[in-house]
Amino acid sequence: MVIDWSHFTPLESLGGGLLIGLAAALFMMVHGRIMGISGILGGILRPIKSDFLWRATFLLGLIAAPFVARMAGLISAPKIDGSVFQLVLAGLLVGFGTALGSGCTSGHGVCGIARLSPRSLLATVLFVSSGMVTVWAVPFFGLGG
Amino acid sequence: MRRLSEFLIGLIFGIGLMISGMTDPSKVKGFLDIAGNWDPSLAFVMGGAVIVSFAAFRLAAKRRESLFGRVIMLNDTKPIDVKLIAGSVIFGIGWGLSGFCPGPAIVSLGNGEWKAAIFVAAMAGGMVLAGYVTRSSKG
Repeated sequence: MVIDWSHFTPLESLGGGLLIGLAAALFMMVHGRIMGISGILGGILRPIKSDFLWRATFLLGLIAAPFVARMAGLISAPKIDGSVFQLVLAGLLVGFGTALGSGCTSGHGVCGIARLSPRSLLATVLFVSSGMVTVWAVPFFGLGG
Repeated sequence: MRRLSEFLIGLIFGIGLMISGMTDPSKVKGFLDIAGNWDPSLAFVMGGAVIVSFAAFRLAAKRRESLFGRVIMLNDTKPIDVKLIAGSVIFGIGWGLSGFCPGPAIVSLGNGEWKAAIFVAAMAGGMVLAGYVTRSSKG
């Protein structure tokens, strides 16, 4: 392991993290629920009339973030590398896995750990580990983008 | 009022994801590349987010209802099972492959990136598929 100091951004990452925590805190105050993106998106795919609208407005807020950031002169759009095949495969795995495991980086990784849930702690250890193994293994399969 | 609050919370969350580096797939891959050239930045994202939400959840645990009158749910409702384990491992593979998890992928739609749209469409497909698989395994 070599630490990549040239890309190390502890302050930005901490600051962004505090905002994410603030959003999770407000979501709990307003909704009384854990803010989990995969769950919010998953719910919109099997729509129930009574809760379609709040899911949609929340997701619209997410999509609006780059517009607001651009107006404020913050941040340019990051580059997305990888072939279409790779993105489709990865998207299917992310969608399938988060639906099966009932959570992703926000629901399990942030909110679950913050409420000291054993389930979420295990989920987080597993998806971070399998992500690390995947990044390590990708060059051997020639999938590198 | 409620609709506005949900929109604003989504907006705060999305801007947080952007500032933190989570919406940059190469940054995410750098964080997961622990065997190579490791960029530990994203550990700080989780640190910052957990500190704030931990404090907020402590306060929430003392209340029964949210501001808009919904019952507060903070505890696990499901056990640790094969679905949780397999699902998390599968999610991690997709995350490592693309550098995208669900929130940042949706934020990237707002950048007008067609590649993000492909990813989100596939992700929605994966979620629908998981619904069929879990329903058929039950029946």
